[in-house]
Amino acid sequence: MRPEQGTLISRAQAMAALLELLTDQPVIICNGFPSREAHKIADRPTHFYMIGSMGNAPAIALGVALAKPNKQVITFDGDGNVLMGMGTLATVGALKPKNFIHVVFDNEVYGTTGNQPTISNVVPLEKVAKAAGYVNVERVLDRDDLVYEFKAMLKQDGPSMLLIKVNEFVEDAGRVLHDPPEITRRFMKAIQG
Amino acid sequence: MIESDVFVQALQDMGVNFFTGVPDSILGGIIAELMNRRIYTPAVREDEAVGMAAGAYMAGKTPAVLMQNSGLGTSLNTLISLNMIYKQPCILIVSWRGQGGKDAPEHLVMGEVMPQLLETVKIPHRTLTEKTAVEDFRWVAQTFMTQQMPVALFITKGVVKGLHP
Ligand SMILES: Cc1ncc(C[n+]2csc(CCOP(=O)(O)OP(=O)(O)O)c2C)c(N)n1
Ligand SMILES: [Mg+2]
Repeated sequence: MRPEQGTLISRAQAMAALLELLTDQPVIICNGFPSREAHKIADRPTHFYMIGSMGNAPAIALGVALAKPNKQVITFDGDGNVLMGMGTLATVGALKPKNFIHVVFDNEVYGTTGNQPTISNVVPLEKVAKAAGYVNVERVLDRDDLVYEFKAMLKQDGPSMLLIKVNEFVEDAGRVLHDPPEITRRFMKAIQG
Repeated sequence: MIESDVFVQALQDMGVNFFTGVPDSILGGIIAELMNRRIYTPAVREDEAVGMAAGAYMAGKTPAVLMQNSGLGTSLNTLISLNMIYKQPCILIVSWRGQGGKDAPEHLVMGEVMPQLLETVKIPHRTLTEKTAVEDFRWVAQTFMTQQMPVALFITKGVVKGLHP
């Protein structure tokens, strides 16, 4: 167990706190447990649950953000996912979409496949994002801080990254129930206009 | 030879309004034209480009991704585990390096197997020629609209004017 582990909240607790602050913003959620937990906590038509294409959640969110500059677009990501698609931090940092918020639930493991360690314990992903050109980046460890910082990011111009250190706890969530084409259809309809 | 501006205009006339990708020399003229028109969003990897295009599609755009055929290897998982299973169409403008075995060594395997590779994963494809260009574009538009999946248009060397004639 890591030194701070005992004091960290779970990804599900962090996600529930964030989803309480969101209403109809598009949220693109990475594959694995993060999508399943988001689906369990609040299943909104504005959620795009990714089940494959590991590493591509921020790329999908970037496409939405560029096409809809007046909508704030959020992506919920995992540390393993960010490491796989790390080039997209550079693309986001260079293009600087103001309406882009990147939330990373960093449990320092590939939790979905059995808690194999990632390397985010030694590679601070929020610093990589900052160096790549993200405008606001914050690393938080507890619920009060994440709520405070996320509220601030919702009011600021991005791109922003909120990296939340979470423990390895996994909510009993089950798989996402909707068919993938149905996820596409309802997401498209929900973010129209 | 098809002029780059004619090629880009044909895509725009078809309704394509989101362009991203990673360059190849065969696509140099097309990308320069897209940049001139300020409608090109550069990506750093082809899978990222395909992901961005998927997001843009869901936000109401008609996307095209430009890539060298080696990028099909890089983006294959995204094409099959995002576009194909979620029914998200995308136009792939793919330069055919290694066609006929005449190219640098790194292109030879993909250049030879590319059509079979796409057939295996069931991505429809067609090769652009100057003579059939109008039909080729019509086929791309129709496939995009009816099949709800990626559709590839192969560009061989010398068919669309590049940067270095
Ligand atoms: C290309 C690819 N490689 C591997 C996997 C298997 N896989 C699914 S989820 C996952 C871990 C994701 O890690 P992270 O983003 O940190 O999320 P966590 O599971 O920790 O919540 C892996 C390796 C996959 N789906 N796709
Ligand atoms: Mg993880």
